[in-house]
Amino acid sequence: MKNQTDRIIEIAPLTRVEGHGKVTVHLNEDNEVVEARLHIVEFRGFERFIQGRMLWEVPVIVQRLCGICPVSHHLAAAKAMDMVVGVDQLTPTAEKMRRLMHYGQIMQSNVLHFFHLSSPDLLFGFDAPAKKRDIFNIIREFPELARQGVLMRKYGQEIIQYTSGKKIHGNSAIPGGVNKNLSLAERDALLKDIDQMILWSEQALELARDYTLEHASLVDSFANFDSNHMSLVRTDGALDLYHGNLRAIDSHGNIIFDQVDYRDFDSIIQEEVKPWSYMKFPFIKSRGNVDGWYRVGPLARMNTASFIDTPLANQHHADFRRFSQHKPANMTLAYHWARMIEVLHCTEKIKELLLDPDLHGSDLRLTGQRREEGIAMLEAPRGSLLHHYKVDENDQVTYCNLIVSTTHNNTAMNRAVTDVAKKYLSGQRKITEPMLNHVEVAVRAYDPCLSCATHALGQMPLVIELFDAENRLIDSASQYATPEPTAP
Amino acid sequence: MSKRKVRIATTSLAGCFGCHMSLLDIDERIVDLMAIAEFDRSPLNDKKTFTRRCDIGLVEGGCCNEDNVHVLKEFRKNCDVLVAVGQCAIMGGLPVMRNAIMHSEDPLRECLDEAYTTSKVLNPSKQIPNDPALPLILDKVYTCAQVVKIDYQIPGCPPSGDTLWAALTALIKNEEPTLDYALIKFD
Ligand code: SF4
Repeated sequence: MKNQTDRIIEIAPLTRVEGHGKVTVHLNEDNEVVEARLHIVEFRGFERFIQGRMLWEVPVIVQRLCGICPVSHHLAAAKAMDMVVGVDQLTPTAEKMRRLMHYGQIMQSNVLHFFHLSSPDLLFGFDAPAKKRDIFNIIREFPELARQGVLMRKYGQEIIQYTSGKKIHGNSAIPGGVNKNLSLAERDALLKDIDQMILWSEQALELARDYTLEHASLVDSFANFDSNHMSLVRTDGALDLYHGNLRAIDSHGNIIFDQVDYRDFDSIIQEEVKPWSYMKFPFIKSRGNVDGWYRVGPLARMNTASFIDTPLANQHHADFRRFSQHKPANMTLAYHWARMIEVLHCTEKIKELLLDPDLHGSDLRLTGQRREEGIAMLEAPRGSLLHHYKVDENDQVTYCNLIVSTTHNNTAMNRAVTDVAKKYLSGQRKITEPMLNHVEVAVRAYDPCLSCATHALGQMPLVIELFDAENRLIDSASQYATPEPTAP
Repeated sequence: MSKRKVRIATTSLAGCFGCHMSLLDIDERIVDLMAIAEFDRSPLNDKKTFTRRCDIGLVEGGCCNEDNVHVLKEFRKNCDVLVAVGQCAIMGGLPVMRNAIMHSEDPLRECLDEAYTTSKVLNPSKQIPNDPALPLILDKVYTCAQVVKIDYQIPGCPPSGDTLWAALTALIKNEEPTLDYALIKFD
């Protein structure tokens, strides 16, 4: 009866992650961890209530699922609607404006995650007291580093404002193109600071890299497990965050599929429903629902990409590959390093674009032969993002399916919390708050966007609760007290 | 103004976190804010419950499940001034779209079916997620003011960092916030 669950610990709400979620840790009678689960606790119903809305509304509405990566949803929906209005290739101005917006977004989102949410764990330690682990204490104790983080995020947000009209929930991407170009004054304002941003990005990257190297044994033993990895890559195998074809590799680096058109997504990926989470569990069909799960996001992209097409980021990508001995890196904590390589890549790309006169062109939008279906993918900060719509002859949406980045990582995050819970909570007589923080650190490394994952708005909570064999709540660590024990 | 720092609590209910992100758009002014205020319960730190009574509570999002209602009531109980921030908290925003599905007797059921049973997912038992760990979904999405008394509403989706800064600094000084047109225009 060793595998029977006798108690459940609940960590809720999850904090310093984006969206609403909790973790339950299931223990047997000897207080050994049997399993841990990450639950997405909110549900929106977006796929249903978007039906009947006009196609041009979708890019503006759908981004309200997530205020942390709204640009990703805005652009994925616009890309899908490009296909519906029959536009396969945008004008250079439109394509470059969208790319600039996207790089600004990934920069601000990754910086926010690294500085505002995760740096307290890395700089103060996973065991630091809860009241110390936040950005406010980083500002107090590492003022210069915090200032750089704040200004880097601000810069990314300004790019989004200049390209989309607003820092959060802008509206410039429209079916077939964009509705604004970049003015010379806006370009000059952004160019003024770009070299500083590239410099700071590289320094932050080195901080993340050195953390990984200096804590090698922790990184090696903390939620380090084999998995498949998937992302879009360019036709030559380069990292491309806005557009490309799908590549998946197994834990040894063998190709599972490569250069697959994302419009065939349904033939290679399927989602499974499990009763204990609103978030579904996607898997690679050819490998089945047990072995076919995979990781996405910065770590997966460093593993799948053959190279990076900007010089500084490419050198760091090569370092990263050497560190993992040219095999896929499977350590959860290596996500941080990978994420900061992408920030550097984005700043290099931003500079390249700002020097491109196409941004100031006036050819903004195209039309073509109308289609009934639109499928789009891009690489959002947290990984591959899929939007799929059907639109009728009245321009009203009749079908919608979204598979967001965090959903692709669902099984991986559950593996990560189980691994860490087994390691740090199993057999403990008293469970302390810092022990529980280790579980949150594992979730946080994936930078999950639980808002996106609910296809709605999320809260930020992570919770841990203990239940007995009858599923009664018997304990929850003080920091994680849940107000209302859930009835069995 | 009192000598101790003003205590602020924040939460995100059925919202997209964009209002919290907009609060971070005050950028460098966060240092000025820390000089006069401190954060209690908030997803930005690891204080998962109220550690003491707060002067100002900022609520993003409306209520779509029982947890949201519970948290909102806790905020009302523990905060002197309770502020609904952004369109979701004030009017329901995007989540409230599920209340009004045309020709539907049971919009919530239709939303759940669409997501979990009628699409091409692997779900042989056609079961909709249902577990003690998942809070009960409400029949409809409710605005904050439908659940508790709200003292101020800051409009926008999200209100800009400048708008939040103007409102927050006034509240901290115990003044009535007055916002220029440019700060309250919606988009
Ligand atoms: S008001 Fe807008 S920005 Fe704020 S939570 Fe709602 S959708 Fe997000």
